[in-house]
Amino acid sequence: MADKIKVGHVHMSGCTGCLVSLADNYGGLLTILDKYVDLVYGLTLADVRHIPKMDVALVEGSVCIQDRISVEEIRETREKAAVVVAVGGCASYGNITRFGRGGQPNQPQHESYLPVGDLIKVDVYIPGCAPTPQLIRNVCVMAYLLLKGNKEQQELAKKYLTPLMQLADRGTEACGCDLMYDIINQGLCMGCGSCASACPVRAITHEYGKPNVNREMCIKCGACYAQCPRSFFNFDVMNEFEGIMELIDGALA
Amino acid sequence: MGTELGKYKLCVSARSADKEILKKAQDGGIVTQLFKYALEEGIIDGAIVAGPSDEPWRPRPFVATTVDELMLSRGTRYNISPNVSFIKEATRSYGLDRIGIVGTPCQMQAIRKAQLYPVGVRDVPDKIALAVGIICMENFPYQSIVQLVEDHAAMKLESVKKMEIGKGKFWVYGERGQVVQLPLKVTHKYEQPGCHVCLDYVANLADVSTGSVGSPDGWSTVFVRTKKGDDIWSKAIAAGCFETKPIEQVKPGLELVSKLANEKITKNQKTVEGRAKFGVDKALRNPYISPK
Repeated sequence: MADKIKVGHVHMSGCTGCLVSLADNYGGLLTILDKYVDLVYGLTLADVRHIPKMDVALVEGSVCIQDRISVEEIRETREKAAVVVAVGGCASYGNITRFGRGGQPNQPQHESYLPVGDLIKVDVYIPGCAPTPQLIRNVCVMAYLLLKGNKEQQELAKKYLTPLMQLADRGTEACGCDLMYDIINQGLCMGCGSCASACPVRAITHEYGKPNVNREMCIKCGACYAQCPRSFFNFDVMNEFEGIMELIDGALA
Repeated sequence: MGTELGKYKLCVSARSADKEILKKAQDGGIVTQLFKYALEEGIIDGAIVAGPSDEPWRPRPFVATTVDELMLSRGTRYNISPNVSFIKEATRSYGLDRIGIVGTPCQMQAIRKAQLYPVGVRDVPDKIALAVGIICMENFPYQSIVQLVEDHAAMKLESVKKMEIGKGKFWVYGERGQVVQLPLKVTHKYEQPGCHVCLDYVANLADVSTGSVGSPDGWSTVFVRTKKGDDIWSKAIAAGCFETKPIEQVKPGLELVSKLANEKITKNQKTVEGRAKFGVDKALRNPYISPK
């Protein structure tokens, strides 16, 4: 289909869990590839050796700055892709790779891992470790609507993607501490429990209605803050939740 | 009446037809009855409710998979139960494929955000089968309830039979029949601060929302909002689960719901705006604009 958008998966230092999450859309992934997306690059999925021009680059993993090829590839990704999406905790915030300090075979000198946004401008964040198949799916559908949809669909896609663009703008550091700094300290927490349910390592419990973060366990993926309804809550999108969910289901049917 | 009541397909005054439910229900027993029906019909596999804990009047999120378990969570506790913290766990440890959940308006917002932006709740978005919202002016931390009941009302929490906010007062009913009423002027300062930026009174984003306001004693006002909610509600009505009255025929009716909704939204909108100029050229965050 001529109207598909060109998407690539760029693999930096990550565990491939993000790619597995994308694949975990099962039939939905096939529909996405059939109708909306040409996968033009992807180490494990497409036999292409060099980063081609593309509409959307899905970047997984953080960048090891001691690895020349990684640094070249991320710079090239920015040049070749109209939209760069950081997929997952490592690309967005460093996540577990923040704790890396080298010494592992067979490249013991590889010790510094940076979130993609520390080296190039990133347009959209999909946080989470791993990011969920459903959020990746939603962003794929919205990216397609933004680039190929009618005027109304473009408007919706813009509204939907805005907070994920603002997250990219917000910075490359994340921690369970964000719940203290930017939610509780700001007088915004109402104890709903979203953060605890989003945490992939069960580092968050609720004590008397407020989150309590075990900071030793936190892997710095950013899921808790992004999931919190008081980090962002865009009424113009949320009020239309029923129609949007039908639209996404319809797009993948 | 404008947007303060959210979108809804129908609004009635209702109460459960089940005497057992009504015995300990806060008002019309709507939530317990609706979940009971949905459980028995296999529409949900379980419901995340505010269940009992080891401290008096302190709720904890609880996954009820039987009617007996549901019955334990009848009534309102007026303090925080982080029910949304169980939405992932309910699909994992409890193995639910179709989740029922009850919550405050902010918790309904959290559910819809989790469905549209599922950052950390893999495979949960498609499993929310019935989200029931509670009409809510504000909530209290547990310690606030302790202070209100034990210090202001001078009653032991263990001996409290029911709490209620209505007719401009906070009511505490004791097991031995004693009743203490506190003016809301006293309770205001104990409210959870996060409630003061909330712009939703009637749980606009729920499938079905309900609360006492607008209906006579022992009855609840019910808003049916989504296709899902409409489907389940009409089946429950057909099955004889509820007695209903047209909302236009009850006192005080929808007008009071609208009035209180507008009061809450106007007051909290002012708080949100005030945060923009809270310091000297320094603002507090506004989550409705950006996550920054």
